Amino acid sequence: MKILDKLMHHDDVQAQFWRTDFPVLKSRVHGKPLVYLDNAATTQKPLAVIEAESDYYLNYNANVHRGVHALSLRATEAYEEVRVKVQHLINAVSPDEIIFVRGTTEAINLVAQSYGRSRLQAGDEIVLSEMEHHSNIVPWQILCQQTGAKLRIIPVNDLGELQMEAYADLLNEHTRLVAVTHVSNSLGTINPVKAIVALAHEHGVPVLVDGAQAIAHLPVDVRDMDCDFYAFSAHKLYGPTGVGVLYGKAALLEAMPVYQGGGDMINSVSFGETTFNVLPFKFEAGTPNIAGVIGLGAAIDYLGSIEWDELVAHDRALLAYATPLLASVSGLRIIGNARDKIGILSFVLEGMHAHDIGTLLDSEGVAIRTGHHCTMPLMQRFGVPATARASFALYNTRQEVDALVEAVYKAKEVFRP
Amino acid sequence: MNDLRELYQETILDHYRQPRNAGRLVGANRTAEGYNPLCGDKVKLYLKVEDGVIRDVRFEGYGCAIATASASLMTECIKGKSEAEALQLMESVHAMVAGGGTSAEGKLAVLAGVREFPQRVKCATLAWHTMKAALDNVEEAVTTQ
Repeated sequence: MKILDKLMHHDDVQAQFWRTDFPVLKSRVHGKPLVYLDNAATTQKPLAVIEAESDYYLNYNANVHRGVHALSLRATEAYEEVRVKVQHLINAVSPDEIIFVRGTTEAINLVAQSYGRSRLQAGDEIVLSEMEHHSNIVPWQILCQQTGAKLRIIPVNDLGELQMEAYADLLNEHTRLVAVTHVSNSLGTINPVKAIVALAHEHGVPVLVDGAQAIAHLPVDVRDMDCDFYAFSAHKLYGPTGVGVLYGKAALLEAMPVYQGGGDMINSVSFGETTFNVLPFKFEAGTPNIAGVIGLGAAIDYLGSIEWDELVAHDRALLAYATPLLASVSGLRIIGNARDKIGILSFVLEGMHAHDIGTLLDSEGVAIRTGHHCTMPLMQRFGVPATARASFALYNTRQEVDALVEAVYKAKEVFRP
Repeated sequence: MNDLRELYQETILDHYRQPRNAGRLVGANRTAEGYNPLCGDKVKLYLKVEDGVIRDVRFEGYGCAIATASASLMTECIKGKSEAEALQLMESVHAMVAGGGTSAEGKLAVLAGVREFPQRVKCATLAWHTMKAALDNVEEAVTTQ
């Protein structure tokens, strides 16, 4: 065997081993083995995550904080332990900088409505990129409507990379915030977030990084990146839906007004005056998704058992294997060819709409996503209404890539004149 | 696989590849735009209605095979029909693809395969919703949401 083959073989064996941790991957769809390639939408969950959630409900379900009984203490400990796990996962300075929210979308809305609304005014500018997910566009548009601020957009080149010179030109004395994605959900592009932050900081401008797609694919170090806010969702990190994290630098979070009122975010209430709790509770109104947070903790533990180098190498290997195979299909065009990208392959096929591709691939058991992927401005940039998107996770194999490519050929056959 | 063949029948693919009555209609007196935000399908429909009869119809747009074929078939079927007849056809197509109703008559029956694919029903009905909007003279774009 050649060295490359040997490495690939080792990689496949490893992925087959990881697969056994994910019960749903044994499923069959339309009589075919499930080939799950919709991981950018949500990843599957390892048994450890499912069991951690059910263990909470089976054995120590109770509300967190302020409870004096045994179950409440146990639930509180489990919940707060996860805050520390998240702190270590992204290398935050303190667990107080970790706010549990519903997901990336809520995290961004929190920053827009708390930080943004209290500081921005007419004439101010917010810098976004052309490749943002709607969740990192619309909260800022709402803020602009409320304050009179304006959006400025960093353009994307034909490869699907941010145009950094244009970005530098957009920063000026009116810029109040930069909000960019770490990794594009439609293209897979890894953005140079460290450089983006450094440049913004030269202008005294804070940066929010949308980490929804990056968190399961790259080691994230918020201190090294020096971003001011980082947002991600548990469900794209092999964890449960309905839980996400907002990281913010403590000084910024301290200075920000509260977001929602009620429950844990309160210190004392009278009809005359209410005082608010300290960080991180100040931003966690109402009973949180306790089971979900505990599930997130289990997902972080699960990933902690795997070396990042191995994960990244597997992702790159799948992408390197799949890209030329797909590109060799006649009439197929890959959208997003950034030099630095994760395992996401968006493509269009001549004479076939993405939606039809999705239905035909599904009939072969291959689950991909089709549509605009909540990035309509980006679709417009590339002149396509929609793409078909295959996205990889740690449990995907080269055999599954083969199944994808074979299904694409079969789909083309159906549409052949 | 049989469901798929039912969905992507030759007639559907033929109307997708060569949509009938495609393009702008000069002299149209009713127009409407339809949009399916799920997949980005867009259709603009032009109707020329005189004395309550659809004298001519054309459409522009971009969509999947189902949406495009449905629009193309629709234009063939409603030309020369009264407004009431066209709306009745819409009802029968809707009932057919949503699963409850019996098959629509004639060539529209090829859309019946959609009923096995609930996530594609909106593709099949987009043009018809747009026709209703055009007849109602709704100015704003309709969506299938």
